This record gives sequence, C-alpha cells and structure tokens, in this order.
Amino acid sequence: MSDAVIKCESVYKIFGENAEKMLQEANGNVDAKTFQENGCIVGVNNASFEVAKGEMLVVMGLSGSGKSTLLRCISRLTDATGGKIFIEGQDLLQLNNKELIDLRRNKMGMVFQSFALLPHKTVVENIAFPLQIKGIDTDDSISKAMDMVKLVGLDGRENYFPRELSGGQQQRVGIARSLAVEPDVWFLDEPFSALDPLIRKEMQDEFLRLQDKLQKTIMFITHDFDEALKLADRIAIMKDGIIEQLDTPAKIVLNPATEYVRKFTEEVPREKVLLIEDVMEQSTGDNLGDLRVSKHEIIENVAEKILTQDKTVGVIDKNNKVIGSINPTKIINTVFGGRKNGN
Amino acid sequence: MEFLKKNPKIFQWLFLLIVFFALCFAIEVPETYKFIRGQAEFIKDPNQSTFVFAGKEVRYYAFDVFWRLPPLLGWLPIWINDSLFFLMNDWMPMEFWNEDTQEFKTRPLLLQISRNLTGFMTFIIELIREILLGGLETIVAFTSWDFIDANPWAELPGLPWTIVAAGATILSYKLSGKSLAIFAGLTMVYISIFGQWKPSMQTLSFILVAAPLSFIFGLGLGISAFKSKRVEKALYPILLVMQTMPQYAVLVPALVLFGVGDHAAVIITMIVAIPPMILLTLLGLRAIPPEVIEAGKMSGCNNWQLMFKVLIPTARRDILIGVNQVIMVCFSMAVISAFIGAKGLGFNLLLALNQLNIGLALEAGLCISLIAILLDKMSLAWANKQTDYFGNLSFFERNKNTIFFIGAFIIGIVLAYIGTFLFKDTFNYLFEIPHNKGISTADFWNKGVDWIFDTFFVYIKAFNTWLIQDVLQPMRALYLRMPVIATIVLVVGAGYLIGGIRSALVVCGLTLFIALSPWWDRALVTTYMATFGVIVSCLIGFTVGTLCFQSKSAAKFMLGVCDIFQTFPSFVYLIPVMMLFGITDTSVLIAVIVYATIPATRYTIEGLRSVPVGLHDAATMSGVNKFQRLTKIEFPLAFPHMMLGLNQTIVFALFMVIIGAFIGTEDLGQYILKALSDKNGAGIGLTLGICVAFIGLIFDNLIRTWVDKRKKHLGIA
Ligand SMILES: Nc1ncnc2c1ncn2[C@@H]1O[C@H](COP(=O)(O)OP(=O)(O)OP(=O)(O)O)[C@@H](O)[C@H]1O
Ligand SMILES: [Mg+2]
Repeated sequence: MSDAVIKCESVYKIFGENAEKMLQEANGNVDAKTFQENGCIVGVNNASFEVAKGEMLVVMGLSGSGKSTLLRCISRLTDATGGKIFIEGQDLLQLNNKELIDLRRNKMGMVFQSFALLPHKTVVENIAFPLQIKGIDTDDSISKAMDMVKLVGLDGRENYFPRELSGGQQQRVGIARSLAVEPDVWFLDEPFSALDPLIRKEMQDEFLRLQDKLQKTIMFITHDFDEALKLADRIAIMKDGIIEQLDTPAKIVLNPATEYVRKFTEEVPREKVLLIEDVMEQSTGDNLGDLRVSKHEIIENVAEKILTQDKTVGVIDKNNKVIGSINPTKIINTVFGGRKNGN
Repeated sequence: MEFLKKNPKIFQWLFLLIVFFALCFAIEVPETYKFIRGQAEFIKDPNQSTFVFAGKEVRYYAFDVFWRLPPLLGWLPIWINDSLFFLMNDWMPMEFWNEDTQEFKTRPLLLQISRNLTGFMTFIIELIREILLGGLETIVAFTSWDFIDANPWAELPGLPWTIVAAGATILSYKLSGKSLAIFAGLTMVYISIFGQWKPSMQTLSFILVAAPLSFIFGLGLGISAFKSKRVEKALYPILLVMQTMPQYAVLVPALVLFGVGDHAAVIITMIVAIPPMILLTLLGLRAIPPEVIEAGKMSGCNNWQLMFKVLIPTARRDILIGVNQVIMVCFSMAVISAFIGAKGLGFNLLLALNQLNIGLALEAGLCISLIAILLDKMSLAWANKQTDYFGNLSFFERNKNTIFFIGAFIIGIVLAYIGTFLFKDTFNYLFEIPHNKGISTADFWNKGVDWIFDTFFVYIKAFNTWLIQDVLQPMRALYLRMPVIATIVLVVGAGYLIGGIRSALVVCGLTLFIALSPWWDRALVTTYMATFGVIVSCLIGFTVGTLCFQSKSAAKFMLGVCDIFQTFPSFVYLIPVMMLFGITDTSVLIAVIVYATIPATRYTIEGLRSVPVGLHDAATMSGVNKFQRLTKIEFPLAFPHMMLGLNQTIVFALFMVIIGAFIGTEDLGQYILKALSDKNGAGIGLTLGICVAFIGLIFDNLIRTWVDKRKKHLGIA
C-alpha cells in the first residue's frame, strides 16, 4: 500500500429505490439525467482519489454538487452504492459494526455543516461526549473537554446550552468536539461558514497552526476560494457528483481540466494562487537585473518589488542558484490579462 | 357573483349546505319514530324487525333508510362478546401446573395468561402498598399462610406517615428545590391530618405501578415504531382509535379479561396510557435533525448508546409531554377504575358522589389532584435535572439528601414509637391517622352547598330551566331531526371539500359504522352535547387566550393554570358542578365546558406565541397598530395551531360528555355505564367506545387535513 490514508476507487452514491440495480445496469456510465428520470438522484458519481497522510484536501463545488454526500460516504454515515473506500488500508465497506465503531471512536472526527450539537448537553458536556462514549470516566473527560473549550476560546461559556450560543460559537463547539478524541482523519463540512470574517481568519490561522503541529489527514469542504487557497494542499472541484478536477491550487487555476472548472476559477485572483515558479521563463537570459526572488514565493508577495524593476528579475531556488527569469510585463499579464483567455 | 367566482370554495360549501338542508326538509320524520324507543333496546316488541347474521339475532325498529339506516352491525357487539368469552373460557385448553393444589390442571391459554399477568400485577401493587401501609400479602407471596400463622411477627410494618412525608419533601428538594419541597411537604401533611392517608397511599401505590410501566412500554413501542416502518403501520390505527376512545369504554372488556380489582385497573390504565406515550415518543424521535444522529454515530456510539444518549435525550421535550400525559391518564383512571374495584381515593370519590356527599367528594378530589400535581412536577424536574461537574463538594454536601433522609427515617420511627405511649388508648396519630379520625371539612362544604342552594336556588333554577328549555332541548331536537342521509352527505361533502376523495372515503367509513350500529340516535345526542360544549369552550378559550397573550406574564400564568387544571382527573370536574347544579344536563355541560376550555386556551396562546418574532417586528415597522397586527398577521398565522387546539377540545369534550353519564345523560355514555354492570356488556361497551372514538376521528381527520393544507399554504409546515 502507498501511504494514502484515504483512498476511494470509483465511489458512487445514488439515492433512490432501486439505485443499486440501476448502477449495475449503467455499467460504470452514470448519467445524472437518465437516473433522475427514473427517480434516482446521483449524489456522488465515480469518485476516485487518494489523500496522503498529513495532507489537506479541500473539496469545493456549488450547493448540491455532492460534497457532503462524498464526506458521508467516506465516514460511512451512508453506505456508498458502489466502489471501494479504504481508510489506512482497511476496506471501509467490509468493516462490521464493531470495527466501524472502533474506527470512529479512535480515528475519525467530523465537524458538521449545521453544527449538530446535542441540545440537552452543555458546551463542555457536548465536547466530552465522544470521550464518554469511549468509556473515559467523567472527571478525565470533563477536564480534557475543558482544555478543548479553552482551545476554541469558549472559556466562561462551558456551562451554556447550544441554544444559548451564536452560530459561530456553536460551530466552535462542534470543532472542539471533533478534536477531543484526537482523530487521525478529520472531516470538516463547511466548518467556518457560520463565523464572522474576523473570527474566521483567526480560526483559519489557528487551524493551520494545529495542522502544522498535529499533521492530521483532512478533508475540508468550503465554498470560499480564499479559504481553500489558504488551507489546501490540493483542491477537488465537484459538479453534479463528479470530481471535475483534483489538483494543487496553482495547477487548477493554470490548467483547468474542463470548462466548468475554468468558470469556477475565473474570478480567483491569480496572484494569490500562483508561485513565481509557475510563470517564470526557464531561460535566464543575459539581461538580468540585481533583484532575485525565490521560486517558491506567491506572486502577490513579490509583485510590487518586481514591478518597480525595469529589467528582468532572476529567479533562484533553495540554494540561491539562478534557475530562471521573470519579466515585469509577465506579472502584469498574469494578474490582469490571464483571466480572459484562461492563460 | 363576482365574489363567488373569486372564491369557488365558498360556492362549493354553500352548495353543500343547500343540499344538506334540502334533504333535511324533504325527508319527513316517520310517524312511528320516537327517540326513547330508539333502535335495539333489547325489548321484544312485535313491531320490531329482525334479521339473523352469523347466528346472532338482531332486533330493531325499521324506518325508511333515508331516515335511519337499519342496524346492520347490530350483531357486532354480541359477536365480540361471545368471542371474548370463547377465548377466555374455551380456546386452546392446556395443562398448567398449579402451585396451590400441587397438580396439573387444564385451563384455556388466555385465561392462564390473564391469571399470571394479574398475579404479577397484584404482587407489585401489594408490595408497594405494604411498604407504605404495612400488611401481610407480600410475605405470604414468598411463603404461605401457614408460615404467617406460625410466625406472628412476619408482617411488613408499613412506614409512619412522617417518614413518607419527609421522604417526599427531601426528594422534591433534591429534584427541584425549595418551592417544590414546600409544596410536597404541605401536600403530605394535608393528606395526613385530613385523614386521607390510607386511600391516598393506595392510590399512590396504584400510580407508582401503572405510570412507570406505561412509560416503559410506551417508550419501547415508540422506539420500535421509529425503527421499523412495519411496526409503525401496524400500531398506527390502534393508536388513533385509542386516542379518541373514552376511558370508560375500555373498562368493560377489561372486566371480562382481567376480573375485578387493582390489578385489572393497572392493566387497563396501561392500555389507555401507553398510546399517547407511543405517539409522542415517535413524534419526538422523528423531529431529530439527521445531522444530530450522524454526530452521535461519528462519536462512535453503538446502537444502544445512540438510542439512550443521543436520540431519547434529544427528543426529550416530546417525551416529557408524553410522561405528563401518562401521569394525567393514570390519575384519571385511578378514579374511573374504581368502577372495576380499584381501591383508594377514586373509590371514595365515586362513593361520595353517588351519595351526593359533595363535601367528602371534594376532599378526596382535592387530595388526588394535589398528588397528581406533585408527581407531575417531580417527574418534570427529574427529567430536567442538570449535573454540576465543577462544584468541589465535600462528602457531606454530596450526600446530604441521603443523610437527611436517614435522619428523618430514624426520627420518624422514634416518633411513632413515642406515639404508642402518647396515644395509648386511641390511635397512634404519629403512625397513621385513620380515615375517620382526621379533620374533616366535609360538613363545612356540605353546609356551603346547602347554603348556596338555599340562597341562589331561584336563580340557579331559572338559569337551568332557561338553558335546558330554550337552548339544549331545541338543539337536541334539531340534531335528532337530521335524516341519516343528510348527515352523511354533509360529513362526506365536507371531507371531500377539505381533503379530496381520500378524506371523503375515510369519514364516510367512520360515519357509516356509527350509522349502522344500533346507537345512531344516541350518537347524535353525544354529538350535540359535545358540539355545544366545544362551541362555548372555544369562545371562552379563544377570548381568554387572546387576552392573556397581550402580556407575557399573563400568558405564562395562564399556561401554568392550564397545566395544573389538566392534571386534575376528569372526574374531579364533576364535583363543583354537581355542587351548583345538582343532577342535571347543565352540570354535565358545564363540566364539559370547563374541561374542554383548557386545550382551547392553551393552543390559542401557544399558536399566537409561535408566530415568528421577525414577522412581529416587520409588522410593527410597517406601522400597523396592535389590533391590525392581531387580525391581519397573528391570527391567520396562528390559526392552524389553534385548529389543532380545536381538535383537542373536541376530544376532551367527548370524554367529559361520556363521563357525564355518571350524572345521567341519555347518550352513548349512559349505555357504556350500563354495560359496566352487565355480565354480557363487554361487546356493547367496546362497540360503543368505538362509536365515540369514531365521532372524534371524523373531526380529527377533517381538522388535521385542513391544518396540513393550510400550513403548506402559509409555508409553515
Ligand atoms: N438523503 C438523501 N436522499 C435523497 N437525496 C439526497 C439525500 N441527501 C442528499 N441528496 C441529494 O444529493 C445531492 C448532493 O447533496 P449534498 O448535501 O452532498 O450537497 P452539498 O454539495 O453538500 O451542498 P451544500 O453546499 O448545499 O451543502 C443533492 O442533489 C441532494 O438533493
Ligand atoms: Mg453540504
């Protein structure tokens, strides 16, 4: 096995009466329209991908494109209609009930789109809940939960009920709850959508810091491209249940696989996505100026410096070796011109 | 005309009414028709027609089928009765080991099951009863009478009332706090010094068995209905009928199946109390957002944990309403089942009512109501209890309630012991105050009743006469004047206009069942009384609810009052009205009105409250005044919920009308009461019960369908 923690092989999820039969008859060629005419809704359509250990995969797509459904399949909250799913090499669909419960208790954490807090439990009880389910005694679980409360900045509110919290506060409880068992695999369904911009930025930074430290394998759903860019190692873009493209942010922006992806990424500010490396010329030329930039810089960060130069700028790698060059006009083209012709 | 074109529905309704009245006028009253001679009175009369179906002979007075349908279902009660007897006495005889005679004996299966069940029930009731009051039965159950004779010490001593009172107080304190504790303490002391201790504890032991068992079974069945569609489908029709079936009616078959006594009462109480519990459990579980369930699963819950740590607590609100209903029904039944020999306050209450000793009835009724309120509040507090994880408590603080109870226990015993010296020649008042030795206010109340009667006799009589002669009699005559065909057209037409062909068919079936039973005329009388009660209740409830809604605290207060009134056993309502109006139809109707006003008021307030605050604000901002806001926004939006209140009002009214038979009415209830003392009454009682249930279900179906449509229309489904 590779070191893929999550591995999907042509996963299908189709809602409806005789979904399984229809899927078999379709022979791997599922068309949403014909299925809909027969009373079936296609949630996930032939999804195959891997997520490596410590990697963060961000899933994007319009509302109803099947993001949540995909996540539900991988956490086996619904059984996939077809295909195979492996978590750390274990065939998820073959697990019996007990193994599944073990897996969830020890390996998986999930943050839900609509918080899904237990209304009868206070903040701290909600967070301690998965621990208590695991059989950890009350004192330990509560003290652990209190750490989590502090982590998400809700101290002082630990005895509130969910109904007494704002949406953003509730979501933070959800996040804390999913983290309490220290899962290896972490699923987040639009965790930050309910937060205000300030808290959201704070939470994103906190999230990155955590991830740096904990190195969890993460699948993260969001509607916000900025957020995706900030967090993602790779991005998957879904449409009607199909993963249209799954790649690094830069590659998706530079080489959209389909027309849909191109439209989807049209408004994305390139300078925020692309690295110098992505747009530089391989040839160094003779006419280099004095400025040197690293090939790993995001364009946005160095654009101003480059644009003040008259001469071509040298691009260097880690060892300060000049490996290419970039011309200020190229930057202008990328930032302003690239959008129309899709580069 | 323009108006009619815009509102085709109104035109259709008008048309329906015209057809209805045309039929009423077109069909003459047959000359031989007389209410008293009604159908199937079981008197042989040469004018009667007969037919034989399935070996059962049915006698009836034949009329034009447009006027009254022949009782084609007349054989049903006889058949039910015979079947019951057959099942109990002859079906599947088997060999069973008999402990007493130490030999095998042949007994029908059902009889044996019933005996085992009742034996078990008797045992647990006696156990609790003897812990509270003392006695021999429990020890006998484990040993034998010979053992008791040989060992005179072998008797459960019973708890002195001081200990029970202290226990109830401490438990209330632990569950809820000071105010409930004070209430509990006062209730217990009141019961004791007014000499109601023994019957109260008998009733309590009955409740302590019936309520938890009903709760457990209701919850269990509710869960299994939630988990399996098939169970739900099988249960649903039974639940519907049971919800609207008057409690009286269930008593009769229970008599046949389980005999007479507390055990039969417990079983029958469970049968009545379980359905609402199932329905509310199901409702609560249904309403849980799927993501909460998923969150539970992702936390690694197994099925058991998911059910008891996630699902049930999340559905707690509805389940609690279920508990409240169970307690309500149990207390109601505690009184009603005195008819089949349950001991306790209910028996005293019925006896007193029968002897027209209003004072005694009032005392018993007050006791039973106080206990009902206490238990209701305690169960509520128990379910809402929170744990405090952060208090750093000492051993004493953590266990103070237990310590206090042990203290109270010892003091109680010491007091009772001292009592044996103190009251050497009389009763030990520190142990138990006997029934006739407490303070009694009965005389006072009876004098009060006499005084009221003497002073206001003229007015009461005048009111009574006016109501009966000018309102009730004409209304009753109008109802009876309806030809059966007109009634069916009206009901089915309404069903069609409201819910389409499906609804029309359902109500048609229900109506036909009643029309083909031998009691159509009686059912009309029941309906007329209920209608009168419902109209007045709705007017009162609606007005009071709307007025109270204007102020937050008034609304809260009113809901609290409704809560308390709802906890009173239904029979208790008969006491004050009999005090004022004696044994007349007026009494029954006023009890009906008081009882049915509770849901009318409650649902009005809740409906108005459920109007979203946002709309409220939006309306205020667009400058409407209070009155406009009420009529233009709040009423229309609250109306569907208020209609559900109407539904409840109808059911409450029907129940009370039937219970009113105890005072003496001429409707279905009277026959149910008659069936109670009839050896062959089981089938009749059950069929009558179904008839009443169907009256309720007809309205239920119409109202619910309408509400669902309306809600969809308003987008608040
Ligand atoms: N239980 C279900 N039964 C039938 N269809 C479903 C079910 N759950 C989801 N669907 C359908 O599957 C499709 C994908 O839904 P999903 O919830 O995965 O969308 P999403 O991408 O998460 O959207 P959003 O961004 O709004 O959360 C939708 O068309 C939805 O109608
Ligand atoms: Mg979603």
